[in-house]
Amino acid sequence: MAYIDGVPASLPGITGLLEYRRDTGDPIRDLTQILLRGESTLTQGERELIATVVSHRNGCRFCATAHTAAADLLLGESTSAEAVKCDPATAPVSGKLRALLVIAAKVQENGRRVTDADAARARAEGATDREIHDTVLIAALFCLYNRYVDGLGAVTPTDPAFYRGLAERIVHRGYLRPPGGFAAGRPTTPAKE
Amino acid sequence: MAHIPVPEGQPGIRGLMSFRPETALPLNQLVEVLLQGPSALTKGERELIATYVSSLNRCKYCSSIHGAIAKAHLRDGDVVARVKADPETAPISAKLKALLRIAEKVQMGGRNVSDEDVAAARAEGASDVEIHDAVLIAAAFCMFNRYVDGLATWAPDDPELYDQMGAHRAETGYLTAGKPLAPK
Repeated sequence: MAYIDGVPASLPGITGLLEYRRDTGDPIRDLTQILLRGESTLTQGERELIATVVSHRNGCRFCATAHTAAADLLLGESTSAEAVKCDPATAPVSGKLRALLVIAAKVQENGRRVTDADAARARAEGATDREIHDTVLIAALFCLYNRYVDGLGAVTPTDPAFYRGLAERIVHRGYLRPPGGFAAGRPTTPAKE
Repeated sequence: MAHIPVPEGQPGIRGLMSFRPETALPLNQLVEVLLQGPSALTKGERELIATYVSSLNRCKYCSSIHGAIAKAHLRDGDVVARVKADPETAPISAKLKALLRIAEKVQMGGRNVSDEDVAAARAEGASDVEIHDAVLIAAAFCMFNRYVDGLATWAPDDPELYDQMGAHRAETGYLTAGKPLAPK
């Protein structure tokens, strides 16, 4: 049970909160769509790994599980997500992504932890200014999401099938609200469009 | 020096919004609804939550500018300084104190908020929407602060500059991004 009344019981985690106040939910959805699904030189899988690392380090079970499932689906394997959660600095991903994940992990603690040397290392691995910018903003955005979900005690399902369904939705349909909202009692199913 | 090239003379988040206008739009829309939109909490109270969380995150730019915006709304700089120092002894309502306690826990991590914290805010008259908004304002500033500091943006030192920018922002709201606030 969420701490506040009026959050749709059929929509666990962040989905119910974004429906609770659509006027704040919609810009949060727009921002996420741009950062995680918009045009970028980082793949969608790489960007989901950034979201996964930050959510994991914030101890947000709902977000960490959901974005792990999305990253696994996009990458077609689950080794990368597991490894970056364990230690971003040594994970078997590209040198560029490793350097960006190190920045994301520092942002999770506090933005002031990111040093000139961290930015220089990412750049030496081939990261662009835009990629560094987007990494920091994705990491910061998930510090919002994780606190929003846990700070209001949002319902966190335990059934792995729920997260597979959620991953299908955010991978194939993205982060914007389905035009007709959500089918009653079917959190991962958009209403008829 | 910021970690990425931002236009000279644009402090804090303003330079970042010039760097990437596409993400600036929803960021400004969110903060406009939360801090300026219709609410049972006054604009001054909401800016105090933003200021307090930014101060806990030690984000100089955000705590200075939102402190100045709160001061403009409340016409009282002393209350802003006292909330930053210790909300419990600041001259604010018991309801706002209870909401600031929730905001402080959100700043440390959302899982710190307990049923008891929410019940205490409710006992002081906070509604569900006010509790929701206090959590989301606190969470949003944990994003804004990290965005501003994670890219090492410029934070001016001059308090008068923040007062000028704060008075302007309090009056015009957050949807005037892209129009730089040139100091007089």
